[in-house]
Order: sequence, then C-alpha cells, then structure tokens
Amino acid sequence: MTNSPLTPGIVPGRLPAAAYQANFDDHTPPFDAHEARVAADRCYFCHDAPCITACPTSIDIPLFIRQIATGTPEAAAKTIWDQNILGGMCARVCPTETLCEEACVREAAEGKPVEIGLLQRYATDVVMQKGVHPFKRAVPTGLRVAVVGAGPAGLACAHRLAMHGHDVVVLERRAKAGGLNEYGIASYKATNGFAQAEVEWLLKIGGIEIRTGVELGRDVTLAQLTADYDAVFLGIGLAGVNALRAAGEELAGVRNAVDFIAELRQSGDLATLPVGRDVVVIGGGMTAVDAAVQSKLLGAENVTIVYRRGAEKMSASGYEQDHAVKAGVRIIHNAAPVRVLGNGRAEAVEFAYTEDGPNGLTLSSETFTLKADQVFKAIGQTLDGAPDGLPVAGGKIAGPAARVWVGGDCAAGGEDLTVTAVAEGRDAAEAIHRQLMGQQ
Amino acid sequence: MASLASNFIGIKSPNPFWLASAPPTDKEYNVRRAFEAGWGGVVWKTLGSEGPPIVNVNGPRYGAIWGADRRLLGLNNIELITDRPLEVNLREIKSVKRDYKDRAMIISLMVPCDEDSWKAILAQIEDTEADGVELNFGCPHGMAERGMGSAVGQVPEYIEMVTRWVKQYSRMPCIVKLTPNITSILPPAEAAHRGGADAVSLINTVKSITNVDLDHFSPFPMIDGKGSHGGYCGPAVKPIALNMVAEIARNRETRGLPISGIGGVTTWRDAAEFLALGAGNVQVCTAAMTYGFKIVQEMISGLSQYLDEKDMALSDLVGRAVPNFVEWQELNLNYVTKARINQDLCISCGRCFAACEDTSHQAIAMSPDRVFTVKDDECVACNLCVNVCPVDDCITMEELPKGAVDLRTGKPVGDYANWTTHPNNPGAVAAE
Ligand SMILES: Cc1cc2nc3c(=O)[nH]c(=O)nc-3n(C[C@H](O)[C@H](O)[C@H](O)COP(=O)(O)OP(=O)(O)OC[C@H]3O[C@@H](n4cnc5c(N)ncnc54)[C@H](O)[C@@H]3O)c2cc1C
Ligand SMILES: Cc1cc2nc3c(=O)[nH]c(=O)nc-3n(C[C@H](O)[C@H](O)[C@H](O)COP(=O)(O)O)c2cc1C
Ligand code: SF4
Repeated sequence: MTNSPLTPGIVPGRLPAAAYQANFDDHTPPFDAHEARVAADRCYFCHDAPCITACPTSIDIPLFIRQIATGTPEAAAKTIWDQNILGGMCARVCPTETLCEEACVREAAEGKPVEIGLLQRYATDVVMQKGVHPFKRAVPTGLRVAVVGAGPAGLACAHRLAMHGHDVVVLERRAKAGGLNEYGIASYKATNGFAQAEVEWLLKIGGIEIRTGVELGRDVTLAQLTADYDAVFLGIGLAGVNALRAAGEELAGVRNAVDFIAELRQSGDLATLPVGRDVVVIGGGMTAVDAAVQSKLLGAENVTIVYRRGAEKMSASGYEQDHAVKAGVRIIHNAAPVRVLGNGRAEAVEFAYTEDGPNGLTLSSETFTLKADQVFKAIGQTLDGAPDGLPVAGGKIAGPAARVWVGGDCAAGGEDLTVTAVAEGRDAAEAIHRQLMGQQ
Repeated sequence: MASLASNFIGIKSPNPFWLASAPPTDKEYNVRRAFEAGWGGVVWKTLGSEGPPIVNVNGPRYGAIWGADRRLLGLNNIELITDRPLEVNLREIKSVKRDYKDRAMIISLMVPCDEDSWKAILAQIEDTEADGVELNFGCPHGMAERGMGSAVGQVPEYIEMVTRWVKQYSRMPCIVKLTPNITSILPPAEAAHRGGADAVSLINTVKSITNVDLDHFSPFPMIDGKGSHGGYCGPAVKPIALNMVAEIARNRETRGLPISGIGGVTTWRDAAEFLALGAGNVQVCTAAMTYGFKIVQEMISGLSQYLDEKDMALSDLVGRAVPNFVEWQELNLNYVTKARINQDLCISCGRCFAACEDTSHQAIAMSPDRVFTVKDDECVACNLCVNVCPVDDCITMEELPKGAVDLRTGKPVGDYANWTTHPNNPGAVAAE
C-alpha cells in the first residue's frame, strides 16, 4: 500500500488490501435457517395485512412467512416470485423501513417489525442457490414483444410475458443486463455478483433473448420496433443527470455520482479505484448516500453530503441517513453550492445556507467552504433519449401509446425504486397479454 | 406439484383439507369464503331437529391458553350446535353445493336418540345434494346433558344403534364423529364399524376448564360469575388426537375403517402426521379460527412439496406410519444411543446441563468456561437435553453400532431384543 486516507488528490489503494473485502461485504448478513425460523415465528399472520398493501408488488407476506415457519422456504420463495420475480434483489435493496416493515403491526406495537426483508432474502436464496426456477412457460403463442431496457422494469415485464407464452427480445444499450441492479445499487447490498446471477436465473424460464449493446434511438427506432413486434415495452430508466448549474462544474474532479458508482460496481479490484481525500457529495437521495458511503469505504478521509433542504425532506430514508452517519459521513443540511473552486481541478466547494421562504428556496448571504478534491453530483436523474412522439409530463413518459407500454423510473407515477419498477413491468406485461389475446 | 386430489369414502375433494363442523362452517357466507380460499370441503356446523333453534350464551363462549408471544395453543368453548333455523341452513347448504360441485359438503347432525328423530332429519336433508353426513356424538357440553352428543358417544351400544338407523334411512355416506371423553377410543370406534359407518372422524373437543378467574373465583369463560366446563381443541390436543387415530388405524377390529383426522391440525406438517398415522383426510377448526381461511394455502403448498420431495402420492402417505406404531414391549431394548452436543452450534446457555443434572441422569459435564459435554458412561439417552435445547440440531442422538460397548452398562450392543424376552421380566418367554 503506497497511499493512505491522508494522501492528497484522487488516488487508488488508500487502504490495506484486506480492508476492501471487509468494507464491501454484505452490509446485513443473511439469516441462517434457525434465525429465519425465529424471525418467522414473530409474524401474526394479520388479516388483509398492512405489509401487503405497503409492498408495491403486493407480495403475500404473511403467507410466505408462514411457509418459512412451517419449514417450506421453497414454497415461500414461490409465493414471493408469484408477485415479484426480482424478489431476491428487492429483499436486499428495498427500503423496507419505509415500505412493508414500516407497515408491520409490530412496528406500531413495539418499534420492532418482523424482519420481512431478511426473511424474503432467506427464502429466495434457498431456492436460487439450488438453481431451481419454479416457473414454466405457457404454450407458445407465436407473438413477439420487444422490451427496451434490461433493468428491473424490463426484466419483470419480459419474464411475465415469457410465462404467458410470448417470445420476448430485450434490447439493452449497456454491455450487461440488470439496469441499476448491475450499475447503480450500492455494492454491499448485492454482493457476489448477485445481479448477474439473478438475471441468469430469471432467464431460465426460456423464451427471452437479451441483445446487449443495442440502443433505441441510435441502433433502432421506435417505429421500427412497433412495425416488427406485436407490442413494445419501454423500461429505459433515467439515463440523464441533472446539472449543478454552479460555476466551476467543469473542473476536473467534479463528477456524476451515478458514473462513479457504475465504475465502482464494475471494478474487478476496488484497490485500483481512485477516490479523493476530501469528498463532497451534493444531493439528498439514495444516490448521494451510496456515493458518500462507498467513498468512505474506499478510504476517503473526509466525506460530506450537502443537501439544500432539511433532513426530513431528504429522499434517502432516515435509516439510510443513519447508515451514512454510522459509516462516518457528515451530513450538512440546508446549504446549496455556489461555486466549485480550483485551479484546473477542484480544490474546494463554496456553499451558501438556504432559506425556505414564500418564494421557495433562496440562498442566504451566509456562506462556507469545504475542502474537496472530489465532488459528486447526485441531484437527480432525468429522462434522456425517450423516443419522440410519446407524451412527456413532469420529466417522465406520461402513459402508454398505441402498442407501446412504459414502466419503471422512466414512467410517470410511483416512486423511483427497484420494487416499483418490477411492479410496473409486471403489470404492463399483464396489460400487453390481455391486449394481445384480445381480452381487453 | 403433487396432486392433492382426495377421495374419502367416495367423496371427492381437490385436497384433503376440510373444515370441521364448527363456527367456520356455520353459514353460507363463511363457507363460500372458505371455498374461495381453497378448502377442499366442509362439514357444516351441526344441525339439530326442526323446531325452535338452540340458544347460546350471550357472554364469552371461548377460553384459551397461550404460548410465548401469545401464540394460541389451546381453545376451549361452550358453544352449542347451530342456533340458526333448520330450513335456513338447508337452503344455504343447497345453494353453496350447487356453486361448488367439486368440493365436499358434509352435513353434521345431532338429534335426540330415537329412531323417529333420525328418520325425520335424514329425510329433511335429502334434497340438499350434500355428499354425506357426519353424526356428532362428540360435543361434551350442553347437548350431552340433553342426552345427545357425547352422552351418545360414550355408550357404544347407542353409537351402533344410531349408525344403523342412519344407514337404513339414508343413502348418504355416513361418518361417525367420536368423542375423546372416554377411557378407550376403541369400543366406540368398533361400535360405529358394526353399525355400518363408512368412516369415523375424531377427535371432537376434550372436556376442560382452561383457567380460573382469581378475582371472581369462577372457571373461565365466565358467565355472570359462573363457568361451565367446555370443549378443548387446537394445537394442545393434537397429541391426544394422533394417538386415538393411530389406535383405531392399527386395531384388528377397525383396521381399514376410513378415518377423518381432527384435532389441532395447524400446519401442513400436522396434517401429514395425521395422514401417516392412518387418517384419509383431515379436518380443521381452531387453526382457521385463529388465522383465517388463508392458512389452507400454506397447508396445500407444504403438503404437495413434501409429497414431491418424497416422490409419494397422497395415497402412499396414508397409513404409512401405522405399522411402526407398536406396543412398548415390542421396542428394541438393544437400540442404544448417546446424546451428542455439536460444539460449533452450542450457544452455552446451559439448559441441557440444568435439565440433566437436576432432573435426569447427571450425564452432562460443564467446564469452567461453559463447554458442555456428554458423559457416555451416564447418558441413558432419554432425549431431555435435545428437547430443552433452544438450538435446532445442536444436540442429537447418535446410535451406537452393533458390537460397540455402551460405557454406561459396560456391555456391547447386541441384536434386537425386547422386554418379552428380557431376563428381568418375570413373565419373559425364553429366547429361542
Ligand atoms: C445509485 C442508485 C442507488 C439506488 N439504490 C436503490 C436502492 O437501494 N433501493 C431501491 O429500491 N432503489 C434504488 N435505486 C433506484 C432503482 O435502482 C431504480 O428505481 C430502478 O433500477 C429502476 O428500474 P428501471 O428498470 O426503471 O430502470 P433502470 O434500472 O435504470 O434500467 C433501465 C435500463 O434501460 C437501459 N436503457 C436506457 N436507455 C436505453 C436505450 N435508449 N436503449 C436501450 N436501452 C436503454 C439502461 O442501460 C438500463 O439497463 C437506486 C438508484 C441509483 C441511481
Ligand atoms: C366453537 C366450537 C364449536 C364447535 N361446534 C361443533 C359442532 O357443532 N359440531 C361438531 O361436530 N364439532 C364441533 N366442534 C368441534 C370441532 O369440529 C373439532 O372437532 C375440534 O375443534 C377439534 O379440531 P381443532 O383442534 O382443529 O379445532 C366445535 C369446536 C369449536 C371450537
Ligand atoms: S370475535 Fe369479538 S367482535 Fe366478533 S363476535 Fe366475537 S367478541 Fe364479538
């Protein structure tokens, strides 16, 4: 090791080799069989359970937990996948503290919900580790559907369509399928190549062909797709990134957080991944938290998230914010960047405190400067490369068009979460199926 | 997925899970919801003779005992048979059966112990299209005092007589539901068999008082300061029910008589155990009353997964454990095991030590740093440590191979030999 957390600039290898393995390991270790049984026993099997309502994919949670409690995690996994084919990933990445577990009656009673996410992971892991895929295709219909984007929305849509007997071609512009599961999610949430393993497992249903390196708009047009296929699903996510609109944004060392995270996720050896000594992350969502925490885990000395509003407005949950603070990240609220300072490359960022008044957010005259050799912009992703002619509202595709369905982050409505993308992809598949089979 | 399609005495249902005659099957509204949830059949809440309906108490009718986390383990009730008019029940039975032809619909009956009453009720239910009748000779409270229910079920001659009437006046398959409130389940079962029953079902509830109100000094459920004994059911009665089912299954006089197993069935596993001990199907009441109708989905997925894993058909499971249910004197006294503590799994709670040291055979050693080991020269293999250990599979029983020396007795493990030939048995027959 030649570098340390104190080495100035953006450099690799700040930590001893062994530290990377430990830092990027599963941040919540999975349950073993006994822990799962004990946790499952706490479920009350509520009627019309609030957790089911809180789950965007409406997994029958009490039923799958009872199936674990009675020693059949295989049946539990099937119950999960019936509703959410990416139940394995969702078990790892869902902010359960704001979804099912927040709704659990034991959260209300004792502040200790049934650990639904970990139980879901236990059941799905048991079956995936055996390599079993418990779904079969219906008799082939001979109908063909193009799915654009191999993220959670596209994959969920493709699987459900294949199950109904349709032939699916998935077009993905990146080199690997998985969308943000592969390129975005924090690496300690989906360790050991889980995203790719899950894609491979999902494809076992058959009838799905994934073509990577194909970009809608560059290699193929929507008109071509609607002409060549019986239906088209768009799950292209949010490929663009919001600009800071602050002076100095172009300086070296200033970067989109999502690009940094994608590089991190694809890195074969984290010791070779450069990171700053003083890292400043601008934003308040999951992306900001993930960029900050992972910078810290790579050995940055000081990592600060600066968010322009108060803690309660952050889209990262309280749990995520705690997680960042525990990892040693400092969070500054109510401040916005004025300019990035530096000579050719970033050296510091000047912030002004904000005031939330009748005219919205305004900058006060009170400023401060943070040392920064690396600056990550995490102020939101935007729709980019959506085909012309589709209705766009509020920065998202606003609904289906003739023979074109949309879902996931690129579609209006719902939160930008993996589980929401899965629900929308699945529901679009059902709508496509009904239409194709003439059951409108 | 293994098929769970069931054929019980000619009555077909998509799975072997029926709801027992009780509140869950009290009316059309419930039964339709039960069928929608997936139940294979129902035994309609017991009907009485025509006339003014039965009345129930208007205060609490249930008592309960709970395990950790207030998990309901046993339920006790002082409810009577249906309190709804006969013609309403009959109309509803007919209406539900018409819409759910693939499900089993059994009518439970309890009328006074005379031929005319039985003849009359059988005629009245004739046109409901129900698949069979169940004779409720089991209810231990309220009806027994009026000469019905367990008052009949405790007298084998009455069981035989009524069963004969039913077979004489009805073409329907007849299931006789037995009460556990007797010393041996065999005479009532044999009586039902002699009377021509197509099957027996058991158990009905066990006479019980669940608890006493220590402020009012009254058994619970308490009605205006007084309590009556009730009928006990739920997980707590399962061991009693399993034994009674198995006794009938292996008994020479009743062998082959179909059995509908009832009593504490709560999960697929409980159901599988009843089937293995000779039940052709199972009936469920308390589990549905505790968790709602949806639990049948776990029973269905669990049982079919189990059958798949064992590569068995449902019919292969029925009775599979009966030949292994033997009398104590047939057990092999030369089968020697020793407790083994897996040190990797041990959490050093010390419960095995306390149990063995204080109440068993002082066969577990505890080191100053809380390592627990079994003393083979003391261990009688009683299994208590296994039962009290909070960790699955941490303590197991290991069989000593033939010829190995049992350090407790100093003797090598020999061939199969049971009490009937044991030297300490005054009545032993000489071994060949
Ligand atoms: C850093 C980060 C961390 C996150 N952490 C979490 C988390 O912990 N939990 C959680 O629930 N959510 C999290 N999210 C949100 C979650 O990842 C998304 O909501 C989810 O991935 C959306 O799925 P999708 O299928 O709509 O889009 P994406 O996952 O973005 O997939 C879209 C796919 O379409 C492809 N594509 C785009 N344009 C084209 C084109 N023109 N032609 C062909 N292919 C195209 C893309 O390459 C991509 O593979 C996080 C997001 C980010 C950015
Ligand atoms: C409230 C209540 C009412 C019951 N009423 C009847 C009845 O009318 N007829 C009958 O045959 N059994 C009746 N039973 C007994 C059940 O059918 C069943 O035999 C018993 O509860 C054991 O099964 P379980 O442990 O699954 O509950 C009743 C049980 C309960 C709890
Ligand atoms: S369950 Fe509760 S609310 Fe319903 S009848 Fe009984 S006492 Fe009344």
